[in-house]
Amino acid sequence: MYSSHKGGALVKIEVTINGEHQSHEVEPRMLLVHFLREVVGLTGTHVGCETSLCGACSVMLNGEAVKACTVLAVQAHGADITTIEGLAQNGELHPIQEGFWECHGLQCGFCTPGMIIAAHQLLERHPKPSEADIRRGIEGNLCRCTGYQHIVDAVQYAAAKMTA
Amino acid sequence: MIPFDYHAPKTLQKAMRLVREHGDDASVLAGGHSLIPLMKLRFAAPAVVIDLGGIGGLKKVTAGHETITIGALATHYAVESHRLLPGKCRLLPETASEIGDVQVRNRGTVGGSIAHADPAADWPAAMLALNAQFDIAGPSGERAVAASDFFVGLFTTALQAGEVLTRIRIATPPENSGGAYVKMRQSASGFALAGVAAQVALDSAGNCASVAVGVTGVASVAYRAHAVEDALRGRGLDAIAEAAAHAADGVEEFQEDHHASADYRAHLARVFAQRALTRAFERAT
Repeated sequence: MYSSHKGGALVKIEVTINGEHQSHEVEPRMLLVHFLREVVGLTGTHVGCETSLCGACSVMLNGEAVKACTVLAVQAHGADITTIEGLAQNGELHPIQEGFWECHGLQCGFCTPGMIIAAHQLLERHPKPSEADIRRGIEGNLCRCTGYQHIVDAVQYAAAKMTA
Repeated sequence: MIPFDYHAPKTLQKAMRLVREHGDDASVLAGGHSLIPLMKLRFAAPAVVIDLGGIGGLKKVTAGHETITIGALATHYAVESHRLLPGKCRLLPETASEIGDVQVRNRGTVGGSIAHADPAADWPAAMLALNAQFDIAGPSGERAVAASDFFVGLFTTALQAGEVLTRIRIATPPENSGGAYVKMRQSASGFALAGVAAQVALDSAGNCASVAVGVTGVASVAYRAHAVEDALRGRGLDAIAEAAAHAADGVEEFQEDHHASADYRAHLARVFAQRALTRAFERAT
């Protein structure tokens, strides 16, 4: 739908996504989340509310969790991006992913990629978070299934494993 | 989003040239957490977007003995996490920590929020309470505007066409002072239904030597609660409740919507003025 609209000179951007260098020409108005899903083909990052509220589109941009629906793809030029697809290494789940698996941290799974990115940011900044820290760390992410308790458990599982 | 042309200048000089060249057709983009939502809704449809994000010099936060400076492009998180600010001016990191959520604070900028002047934004209250000065670059050079002269009305500031906010300067509060920001969050957006920032300095007897109170979310524009300040100056902790009762005095145009009536917002202003002042006093002693 985006390429069929004319207007706004295309801009060449270079980004590193999950360790892989990529170069694309994009319309300036293209949101980072649409770039990741529709141009790069990484559909693990979800489009939820598209109004910076739900957090389903969260990705790491230069080491900081951001809502990719409120970042233009062109603003990411030169950036290092990590999406949910970049967390598992060598076929092994990241400890946060493992926590969600073990603690039943998801039901429908729609919010999960964003939740995991938010948890990733939290554990980088606070390797041993309190329960209150965890709830504050994921306050930018909405889940309509779990009631959050199992997500908090999953993050605690990951924190314990990552600091063991 | 309506299509637009995009420029990402690497220096402020180049940015200013683009701003001058494109005039009213252009919008300046900082973190994008005010402008991009407006563009999605087509409340804003600039033909040209000038992204300041690549200008490194605008991101710096310094906390000196005399002056605290915040580059307009510094993120809320940069202020929230600054090593020296909690000891120098607690009000700043406390305000930053109350904004939005982690992702929003990582990306949204102090200068962007101030220039946008949302009536429910948090920074205007803190900037008013700290008597901040805003450095502005424009076609005819630089000028500085005090926070109290900057916020003019609903989404309206003293910024003129072709001008860009570049830096915020705050006099580092003296030893015997304390500040606090407290707010009632709109539970979905996190914006302030009412938010009150208070900064006080105490004399040797523990009475209020100077005080400034900024209120956001309540009126169409953030304001200084002068009536509260006048009632508190020279007096002690026990005068706070009486003084805070004046927190909505003189408001001409209240914010009012389905989240909160004008009366409720005025009530919140008074309650949160009391809480902010109490906490500021405690921190000053």
